Amino acid sequence: MTTEASRSLVTPSPGELALPSYERPAGVHPPLDFEGYRSTALRHPKQPLVLLPQRLTEVTGPLLGADLITATDSDLTTQYPGEPQGQRIIVTGRVLDSDGRPVPDTLIEIWQTNAAGRYRHWHEHRPAPLDPNFGGLGRCVTDAGGRYRFVTIQPGSYPWGNHHNAWRPAHIHFSLFGRAFTQRLVTQMYFQGDPLLALDPIFNSVPDEKARGRMVANFDIDLTQPEWALGYNWDIVLRGSGATVFE
Amino acid sequence: MAGLTPSQTVGPYFAMRLPWNDGPFVVPEGTPGAVTITGRLFDGAGDIIPDGLIETWQADPDGRFAHPDDPRGPVPGGYRTFRGFGRCPTAADGSYRLVTLKPGPLPAGDGSIEAPHLDVSVLARGLLDRVVTRIYFPDERTANATDPVLSSITDPGRRATLVAVPEPEGHLRFDIHLQGERETVFFDV
Repeated sequence: MTTEASRSLVTPSPGELALPSYERPAGVHPPLDFEGYRSTALRHPKQPLVLLPQRLTEVTGPLLGADLITATDSDLTTQYPGEPQGQRIIVTGRVLDSDGRPVPDTLIEIWQTNAAGRYRHWHEHRPAPLDPNFGGLGRCVTDAGGRYRFVTIQPGSYPWGNHHNAWRPAHIHFSLFGRAFTQRLVTQMYFQGDPLLALDPIFNSVPDEKARGRMVANFDIDLTQPEWALGYNWDIVLRGSGATVFE
Repeated sequence: MAGLTPSQTVGPYFAMRLPWNDGPFVVPEGTPGAVTITGRLFDGAGDIIPDGLIETWQADPDGRFAHPDDPRGPVPGGYRTFRGFGRCPTAADGSYRLVTLKPGPLPAGDGSIEAPHLDVSVLARGLLDRVVTRIYFPDERTANATDPVLSSITDPGRRATLVAVPEPEGHLRFDIHLQGERETVFFDV
């Protein structure tokens, strides 16, 4: 426990704290209250958010990395004795900040359905098959250039009961830390050309069309490996300083 | 400037991936001086939320971070088993439980001092973006009274939603209300 005596340790001296700052995005993230997504109704705060200045706790964050990762974590097709069903895909890209700088050594966690659109989750009982050779869980850490790469199976679509005949477009959930509490991001990656995108309230909760487009991975023939797997490219952009970089 | 990737809900199925066995343990259970923080997550109808995720980030007991952007860094030989980060899914009764060390006070950079606190992210189905709050400590009345963030909230009832409540056995309780009469203060970070 901290005592009064130890507080001299934190007495600031002039110039001691030159902290980075992060932009406060406007119009990018979805509103917390979004009528089309029913579950937001009772779960969104109604009081205005209070402005929190970015100080030490906000500009630092957990640097979780390689010690959490095992060799098969980034290849979801080799985590079980047999081959999973479905279309094998490679999902790769870079994690950047909005100043264009790579975010190296940062933990990415993903989860998704199998090819039949079924999650391996104890609450899911819908009539679609589980795949004994697919768990749908991945992790990796970005390299020095901010790059990541997963090998997995094309996820399926699934009905979700939000409204009549509601189906989620195929997606992979992504969780990222960046290097600061301020940069934490949980999002979903979608697939180019999915006809369900236009109908999905979660995807369309993002107000700006260009911003919605940044959640969609593009098929890339150059990333596609002959006789083996389709390639998709998806860059993820976390909050940067917001300052235009001249120099 | 590159456009940001938008946030999307964590959904109901994150529990496949995100919980870690040792996630709730910012320090191992039994660490001398460890404090247990428990609470429940509620929606606007006052119902518990059994599919939420609570994450915390905090300074060590010296008020320092093992992070390159804390220009002071940790005190040498400090807290080797201290991770700073906690993560706990809410259970069927809406509850979470974290074991940590109480952080020290922090220089705010403008000459003022921030009282000991944890930054908290709340993620859940129905939250299209995380919401952020803070946990302050009830035995820090003096520091809390001059904390620049708490002081910026003029309504005492609202301010009180950010201070944990002492429980028997020395535990602290911090309930989180996403909406309603007892709505917790959430921050634009």
